[in-house]
Amino acid sequence: MSGKASALLLAPARWRRWEYALWAAIWAAPIVFTSHAALINEIAIFGLFALSLDLILGYTGIVSLGHAAFFGVGGYAAALFAKHVMPDPLVGLAVGTVLAAVLGALTSPMIVRGTDLTRLMVTMGVALVLLELANKFDSITGGADGLPGVMMGPLLGQFTFDLGARVASFYSLAVLFVAFLILRRVVNSPLGLSLKALRDNRLRVMAIGLSVNFRLALIYTLAAALAGAAGALSAQTTGSATLDLLEFHRSADVMLALVLGGTGWLWGGPIGAIAFSVLRDLLSSFTPQYWTFWIGLFLVVLMLVGRERLFRPWTWFKRSGS
Amino acid sequence: MSEVVLETFGLVKRFGGITATNNVSMKVTKGARHALIGPNGAGKTTLINQLTGVLPPSEGRVQLRGRDITSLTPYKRVGLGLVRTFQINQLFASLTPLQSLALAVSSRLDAARRWWQPMGSDSVIGAECEQLLAQFRLSEHADRVTRELPYGKRRLLEIALAVAQKPSVLLLDEPAAGVPAAERRDILDTVAALPDDVSVVLIEHDMDLVFSFAKRMTVLVNGTVLTEGTPQEIAADPQVRAVYLGETKVNHG
Amino acid sequence: MLTLLFDGIAYGMLLFVLSLGLAVTMGLMNFINLAHGAFAMAGGYILVVLMQKAGWPFLACLPAAFLITALAGALLERTLYRPMYGKPHLDQVLFSIGLTLMAVASVDYIMGSSQQNIQLPDWLRQRFEFGSGATMLGMGAYRLFIVATCVAMALGLQAILSGTRFGSRLRAAVDDPRVAAGLGIPVNRVFLLTFAVGSGLAGLGGALGADIFGLDPNFPLKYMVYFLIVCAVGGTSSITGPLVAALVLGIADVFGKYYVPKLGAFIVYALMIAILLWRPQGLFSREGKK
Repeated sequence: MSGKASALLLAPARWRRWEYALWAAIWAAPIVFTSHAALINEIAIFGLFALSLDLILGYTGIVSLGHAAFFGVGGYAAALFAKHVMPDPLVGLAVGTVLAAVLGALTSPMIVRGTDLTRLMVTMGVALVLLELANKFDSITGGADGLPGVMMGPLLGQFTFDLGARVASFYSLAVLFVAFLILRRVVNSPLGLSLKALRDNRLRVMAIGLSVNFRLALIYTLAAALAGAAGALSAQTTGSATLDLLEFHRSADVMLALVLGGTGWLWGGPIGAIAFSVLRDLLSSFTPQYWTFWIGLFLVVLMLVGRERLFRPWTWFKRSGS
Repeated sequence: MSEVVLETFGLVKRFGGITATNNVSMKVTKGARHALIGPNGAGKTTLINQLTGVLPPSEGRVQLRGRDITSLTPYKRVGLGLVRTFQINQLFASLTPLQSLALAVSSRLDAARRWWQPMGSDSVIGAECEQLLAQFRLSEHADRVTRELPYGKRRLLEIALAVAQKPSVLLLDEPAAGVPAAERRDILDTVAALPDDVSVVLIEHDMDLVFSFAKRMTVLVNGTVLTEGTPQEIAADPQVRAVYLGETKVNHG
Repeated sequence: MLTLLFDGIAYGMLLFVLSLGLAVTMGLMNFINLAHGAFAMAGGYILVVLMQKAGWPFLACLPAAFLITALAGALLERTLYRPMYGKPHLDQVLFSIGLTLMAVASVDYIMGSSQQNIQLPDWLRQRFEFGSGATMLGMGAYRLFIVATCVAMALGLQAILSGTRFGSRLRAAVDDPRVAAGLGIPVNRVFLLTFAVGSGLAGLGGALGADIFGLDPNFPLKYMVYFLIVCAVGGTSSITGPLVAALVLGIADVFGKYYVPKLGAFIVYALMIAILLWRPQGLFSREGKK
């Protein structure tokens, strides 16, 4: 019997075989589909962004419609850093990540109290405020036209960003992979378990002597940092930073992608990013002008039948409540 | 007279026009087996909520081993050894009993903020969890998700989580509530088996449990302490009988 | 400056009428309905269609906008919204965003994407001026009409709420739906009627204010934030809460856009964040609601 408990506790942390396979496939993608490297880059960045939202939405249960705030801060920080200080990508990435984390830490007290509506409004409000500020200080940010002329130096001093986006796609995938590995350790650690517990029952978390506020602040800051990293990658690999980084549709898109991939498990972000891009491409090719209608319809139907059913095709034709 | 571990001074709690707790001063000594009884709505749970910090009192003080904890946040009180169970189970529905206990033990050992090592890599925690699971007869259910457990087992887990913190003062809020008769025995046994140096305050309606367990009783009516004393004194007190008999009369009426 | 104040009040009253339905839906059914703006948009387009295609007078279009959107609301409540009660807020948010996207795309398809031209009747285009110089108060007849109508609606609703049986049922259901149901109050019917009236009010507000807001298919996306701000700041458990919040928002927005044109909206959002930090449950909410 001894050691049995430890073995049971350790079980969820083990990598499943299909995870190795999936990562192998993901890493193979930019090599196999060289002509689609730009798209792969975009999906990798989007996957990282969605992964960061999962920390807030899936692991803590906070509905945030303003996650683009961190994405935008990371993007603008990295772009401005490259333009005015130093064009090294990795340092710029660090700057974007850190600044977004700072914003996350500063705004985390806002999400601790209040109702779901309050949190929704406050998160949206922060993104809106930043959007207005970026618009107002267009001498620094380039305003609606965007920040021009962001030239990135070579990655690790060796790999120059090519127009074909090959280097970019590997760069973004690498960052996504590192983030995934780190989060995997965190999620299966005692801290990670306490975060899962937080989602279940806040009162009980307090009652076993753990600080709820600390955990909420920590995870929000971590989520902000990763979103900032995604934003920095976006600015660096596209060589531009526009107001679009902060727009509401970014927050809404990433939420939809995460829902498609499934909240509360780390693969939801990356898989959701792939699914969302596929869905959007499919719909746009059918109805280029009104594809938002079909996305809307898809959302309505999906929510009515229940989000979880998306992952259980055998329930698609049964009545709900079984 | 042994050492006082938990004490309240003139505790008052008002909600708008209602005074739920009215000038309650009580002492709990080390190793106490102290029962808190009273009719429904007497304010027992409200009092517990103030002791644990979930509800701030309108007036008065709470002291733990001589230290004023009136404005101390709830999770820190647990760190000082003041632990409670809830009348309605407050559990982690999607975690297994093993995981829940592991978290509670990690919290006590200040290991809950470890973020790099996987949960389970510390064998000390694993061993303690096994021991707790056995003590509370949850071993066969160790790996089942809590929401799938039968009610009686969940109630045991509720108490197990509290014991996992090695409390010095344990507040049990109706531990046997709603538990089917067949499983009540388990609950009663675990309550009786609590270590002698732990001070226990028990809220219960089951008078058999109360009288077999308690060495001291406080009777709370309408938020006020009616009387306090040994179980024999309380049983013989005409005021107490009036309160309970009066209640029974209403029930039959 | 007085003119600005008056304009702000008119804008605020309009926002109040538009947001009231949303506030009650949230307070009563605990449902975050981001599609509320679409009902307002519907009201505006109904006005346009009736006036321009059917030649109806302006005044007649207003009750029509109310009734048609109320009916649409009732229909949608019964069929689509009802299964969503009790689902997590995330699902409700995504569901209503989906409805909004469908509405926006449909209107774009049917009516085109350019902003609609509202031909106000002559009697509403007059302007009254009192005083002169800095303290001049200029009141357009249109805005006066808006204020008058909204005040009348507010008073009427207050009377219904406190004077009728439906009103007391509604208040009971908002307080505690389970207890209300246990008392025999037909909670489903109360929900249906309330949602219908709330949507109707949105439609009326959309028609009434179409000229001020500017009517195009993106209307819901542009203005939904404002309605949400009114509900979050004003709280969802009273009528006075959203009223005060709407007035503050309206005045702040008008003043902001006039004095600090590039940062106008920023002031509103920053103010909202500040208020919500100070009072997370809203300015007038009772403590302890979920």
